[in-house]
Amino acid sequence: MTAAGKPARFDSIRPGDELPQRAFKPDNVQSMLYNAVLWNGHRIHFDEPYARDIEGYPGLVIAGPLLGDWLNQCVEEWLGDDGRLAAIEYSNRIATYIGETLYSGGVVTACRPDSGEVDIEVFIKNEAGDVVTPGRALARFYRF
Amino acid sequence: MTALLSDELLANIGRSNPPQRELVTRRDIRKYAVATGNRQRKYLDGDQAPPMFHVPLFWDVVELDQLTPDGVSIDTLLPKFPLEKAMAGGLKIEYHRDIFPGDWLTATRTLTAIYEKQGRSGPLIFYEVIMNIVDDDGQLVIREKTTRILR
Repeated sequence: MTAAGKPARFDSIRPGDELPQRAFKPDNVQSMLYNAVLWNGHRIHFDEPYARDIEGYPGLVIAGPLLGDWLNQCVEEWLGDDGRLAAIEYSNRIATYIGETLYSGGVVTACRPDSGEVDIEVFIKNEAGDVVTPGRALARFYRF
Repeated sequence: MTALLSDELLANIGRSNPPQRELVTRRDIRKYAVATGNRQRKYLDGDQAPPMFHVPLFWDVVELDQLTPDGVSIDTLLPKFPLEKAMAGGLKIEYHRDIFPGDWLTATRTLTAIYEKQGRSGPLIFYEVIMNIVDDDGQLVIREKTTRILR
């Protein structure tokens, strides 16, 4: 803890710091459970002949908000108990399919000591390194 | 009035769905945490709802005969747009307070914007829907803005 009353962790964070990456390889079971929890009956997520033959996808599509959720998890796991995720935004730019391995991660882009806030650029990348889901998050560190 | 957007279409801006009130349960939190691969015990045990739990909580529960043949439920908030091919959209979420089992939350979705832009290969229609989620005391819990693009 510093004289300013903020946790020591905040003072050690710098723009350019990277958040730990995590690999995800969702299978049919996880995809089915996720869409069932949402009550999402869209066939492109579970009906492979439909996804391929009617919609022209190379396989079963991973639901966009699942990738968005992983961005939230990326920030929250990095924050631990030192702060909370205050806001996040993202967009699903490139479709991803069951069988792919995807990676979540992020980079700190700004730290504001006055408010204890940190801006983070977050991403989901595919195996080729393309950013399929870019986003930005705002984390707020707790004042002790 | 613009090239694609009639005054009649633009008159839909400001429309809201009826408020939807739902109960947060430990079981639903646990199912969501497991399905998303969450690794935090407080979420896996259902002691607290993880971020984005509002997505399953307020996803429309429609009856089978209301689904399209491809299994999609029709968003009754949206008017018929002159462009229909959906492109990448975006989501922006503000988290104002944490959510716990036993919370009753009420969501209201409002169509807040419809506008047109010229894309590289033709016109694009953008629309925005804001979902405000409040607790039973009327305090804002989550505010979510969805932007979608049609070509």
